[in-house]
Amino acid sequence: MFLSGKSVSSDHFIEFRNVSFAYGERPILNNISLAIPRGKLVAIMGGSGSGKTTMLRLISGQIRPSAGQVLVDGRNVADMNHAELFEHRRRMGMLFQFGALFTDLSVEDNVAFPIREHTRLAESMIHDLVIMKLAAVGLRGTQQLMPAELSGGMARRVALARAIALDPQLMLYDEPFTGLDPISLGVIAHLIKKLNDALGTTSIMVTHDVHKSLDIVDYVYFVSNGAVVAAGTPAEIRASPSPWVHQFMWGEADGPVHFAYPASTSLQQDLGLKGGQHD
Amino acid sequence: MTELLLSPLRRLGHTTINAIWRLGFITRFLLAILRYSGQSLLRFNLTIREIYFAGVMSVIIVVVSGLFVGMVLGLQGYNTLSRFGSADALGALVALSLLRELGPVLAALLFSSRAGSAMTAEIGLMKATEQLDAMSVMAVNPIARVVAPRFWAGVISMPILAAMFNVMGIFGGYLIGVVMIGLDSGTFWSQMQNNVDLHYDVVNGLIKSLCFGIAVTLIAVFEGYDATPTAAGVSAATTRTVVTSALVILAVDFVLTAFMF
Repeated sequence: MFLSGKSVSSDHFIEFRNVSFAYGERPILNNISLAIPRGKLVAIMGGSGSGKTTMLRLISGQIRPSAGQVLVDGRNVADMNHAELFEHRRRMGMLFQFGALFTDLSVEDNVAFPIREHTRLAESMIHDLVIMKLAAVGLRGTQQLMPAELSGGMARRVALARAIALDPQLMLYDEPFTGLDPISLGVIAHLIKKLNDALGTTSIMVTHDVHKSLDIVDYVYFVSNGAVVAAGTPAEIRASPSPWVHQFMWGEADGPVHFAYPASTSLQQDLGLKGGQHD
Repeated sequence: MTELLLSPLRRLGHTTINAIWRLGFITRFLLAILRYSGQSLLRFNLTIREIYFAGVMSVIIVVVSGLFVGMVLGLQGYNTLSRFGSADALGALVALSLLRELGPVLAALLFSSRAGSAMTAEIGLMKATEQLDAMSVMAVNPIARVVAPRFWAGVISMPILAAMFNVMGIFGGYLIGVVMIGLDSGTFWSQMQNNVDLHYDVVNGLIKSLCFGIAVTLIAVFEGYDATPTAAGVSAATTRTVVTSALVILAVDFVLTAFMF
């Protein structure tokens, strides 16, 4: 594992140290520790509701942990004041699950948005930068289209171009493969890998698409019920004897994770049949 | 039995606490808008764009409604005044009714239905589709970039729309009184000039519409920002905007009228 116990080297760009988080009474993360090395592409995998997206929100400072520390480049995100948090976010890019493009702005204005907000560059230079970013995701020529005119895969690529507009040191991907056809999925996966290698960015990808992710990432953390249940390189994960990893990779209904919700009454009781026992 | 008595009391307590909590929240929201208004005033093109969507796009409905309200005032006013032999005072009646009450109140009601509901739905959908989160993660404050320009656009547009409503209303009264019924044009206008005071009637009416503009736009942007990020949540927030705005406009109108006139 990249991180075991508290031995942490400065090569780690992101560290979770014994982090817990709960929405009200509902615990999401439970004393979780992990580390993401600088310049690597790391996947965090787990079922729906396992706390994956919460981890991204902790890194971006949208929420604060109830216990423990989330360190980005050695600094505790929870200790940052408003200005420092915005400075941290300026060096970070995030791709949202469905792109989250601004629907009232054209493709060009969407990609130019962070550049216009954070720099004083001339419009001609912003235009050139936008063209370059769109070319990187293979969508040069779509500048004047509106988000409603794009397919799901194209919208995700425009959102990716917007996320890398300011050449971030850290990229966060929230379920980048959800709802895409196999071709778009392959294109996005290739782009994520290419951008990580070309820009030297540290990338964290939250996903439950096991097979596509294992092709491109350097390291994987499996998360379940707010704790890391397995971790390793793609080769180690493929060879893992863990029943949890096996169930997740092959999508089996039975295993450590139960398919059925733990109902408090039996099916017979719910249907009003006599002699029903709780199963 | 005890439960039967306690249940409504508990509900009343919950509703009251919730209402006070929301009042506190909306006040803090207004302070946040004022605090982060620098950008919408320095980059005024952001506000101009919203003035177009909220204000300019509302001109048609306000102007047409103003014309009809003025024409109805002309008909009803003439009907009543002529019974007392005072039909000459029609110009003054139409102008005073519009400038003091009908112009600011009806323009604000129309504005909240046309532009306020659209603002709530737009901000609510931006929240539901993670656009506000995306902005925040890009180190751009959504209150400064999305909410404040819309708020100022509403505050600036409202008095102008009310003034347009008044002008069209007076023109509607003129059409009925002078053109249709045949009252003397000179008497119609001179009665209006003699009885309408710039500060007492016109300025007070504009102050009213400015207050309505602040209230209606604040409610609209707050409901959008506070909406539950689902289809049902945005729909409920839009309805709340129109209903709350209508009640607040009428209540604020009563308070302002009591102080002004």
